[in-house]
Amino acid sequence: MVLLGCALAVVLLGLSPFFLDAYGIGLVVGLLGYATLASAWAMFSGPTRYISLATVAFFGVGAYTAAVLSETLPWPLVLVAAGVVGAVLALVVGLSTLRVAGIYFVIFSFGLAELIRQLITWYEVNVTGTLGRYIFLDIQPQHVLWQLLALGVITLALAALIERGRLGLALKAIGDDEVVAAHAGINLARTKLTLFVLSATIITLVGAIQAPRWVYIEPAIVFNPQVSFLTVIMALLGGANRRWGPILGAVPLFLLFEWLGANFPDHFSIILGMLFILIVFVLPDGVLAAIEKLRRKEARA
Amino acid sequence: MLLSTLVFGLILGGTYALVALGLSLQYGIARIMNLAYGEVVVAAAFMAFLLFTGFGISPLLALLIVTPMGYGLSWLIYQFMMRPLVKRSGATGRLEVDSILATFGLLFIIQGVMLVTFGGNYHSYSYLTDGIDILGTTIAMNRALSFVLSVVIGGGLYLALTHSRWGLNLRAVALAPRSAPLVGIDVNRIARSGFALGGALAVAGGVMMSMNQTFSASYGVVFTMKALVVVIMGGVGNLFGALVAGLMLGLVETFVLVYVDPGLTLAATYALFLAVLLWRPEGIFSRRSK
Repeated sequence: MVLLGCALAVVLLGLSPFFLDAYGIGLVVGLLGYATLASAWAMFSGPTRYISLATVAFFGVGAYTAAVLSETLPWPLVLVAAGVVGAVLALVVGLSTLRVAGIYFVIFSFGLAELIRQLITWYEVNVTGTLGRYIFLDIQPQHVLWQLLALGVITLALAALIERGRLGLALKAIGDDEVVAAHAGINLARTKLTLFVLSATIITLVGAIQAPRWVYIEPAIVFNPQVSFLTVIMALLGGANRRWGPILGAVPLFLLFEWLGANFPDHFSIILGMLFILIVFVLPDGVLAAIEKLRRKEARA
Repeated sequence: MLLSTLVFGLILGGTYALVALGLSLQYGIARIMNLAYGEVVVAAAFMAFLLFTGFGISPLLALLIVTPMGYGLSWLIYQFMMRPLVKRSGATGRLEVDSILATFGLLFIIQGVMLVTFGGNYHSYSYLTDGIDILGTTIAMNRALSFVLSVVIGGGLYLALTHSRWGLNLRAVALAPRSAPLVGIDVNRIARSGFALGGALAVAGGVMMSMNQTFSASYGVVFTMKALVVVIMGGVGNLFGALVAGLMLGLVETFVLVYVDPGLTLAATYALFLAVLLWRPEGIFSRRSK
């Protein structure tokens, strides 16, 4: 039943470029992008409870890799290269940071995104001499849409696979009690690192795939910290510990922010802030968990 | 050149140390990592700007007006936003994630209000811009003034914390929050006043910063980051550590600005920060406890 619904949704989204106008296609592209980002983010942050603000670091690195390589390599190889760059970066970052927990990880991940942005800006200004880069590729919006759709499906399939496999069991144990999990022979560091690299690679790919949409990119555009914040809030609203949670959060919030950006650009951050506080106080585990709780209460009554 | 860089760096670092002290108090005593801290600093700078350009009130007087407001507002924020979260989390580890997300919300709201009110442009005003001579280096009077103020406020706070009963209570909660109630300390009240005191320091730092720096509504994050660098480098709740780390940050920034590349000062801050986090997340000056 669920599988059938998924297949129907994928077919519908895949055919959407044929009956939507340019604005509609752009909307679906943005939606798919954020749904994938939120799902990938939750893949690591949901079970481990590490709040990562490094999303935009990987996203931006993906976009920049695509921009730099777009003229020398064919597109599929560009994507492979971006994925490899993202995975290697995640491996280095993960190896050095995953022992830092809690608040330190949050701040570290945020600092990392800013550091990468500052370094690329400096490099572009002083070494290559220009701040921005152009991407001239024959890639239409619908091609971006199909690529993102494929990546989104892969992400969800991967999440389902992890959930059912040994890794998922290990994660459940870690989520319940880290100490007990470690005593049961689970390698905490390796499990976390695997997830972090997987999640970061997907995020990097989202950035690379979306890069041709901008035509012109510069650090201020692709390293906009808002991407990290939106991803976090989307995943948390739906519920980072549920497979469909991040998507459930991404769809309404993306549409809301799209509408806000068009109509109330100045009040954007006030509303974003109120959403954060609302989620903390009213929906600490996301909408899905709140609904489950409500149902259980009804069943008991 | 070297001497003047040194003087500049130390004077800049003095203000950093004071600003960071507030964050250190909030995290050390109230156990809330306030990510909206820099926003409070910038909001205070805007208040000083408004009072100076609108009503001709000097920043020194503004300091006396705005700092108590900072205390009161932070007191209210703790009482109505943070306290319920502390209560809900109990002994579980939820508080950390909850407080991060709640202060994120606060960050965006304060930033948004400033953007709507003042726009995204840079603001500054000129007050006491005449130069004075310190060790052969000419320094604007407002910079020297804010350094002196930092020393006076920081020093006064240090004395109050180490030599008064009130300070003893604060330190007791910072050191052993679970044992403090056993000797009759109301932890909730102390945590609240620690949070409020930190907010007052943020505001004082913001007013001083506004005297000699340009600022904009989106500057808060940078201040939060700098304060965090200092706090983590110096060790949470370590006043002396914060002082040394603040001066160090000021020196590193000024040296990168003068000798390396002005475009890399912010990158230097972040690099220093990431390095400290990886190398000694418990602070440079604390003894390893394991």
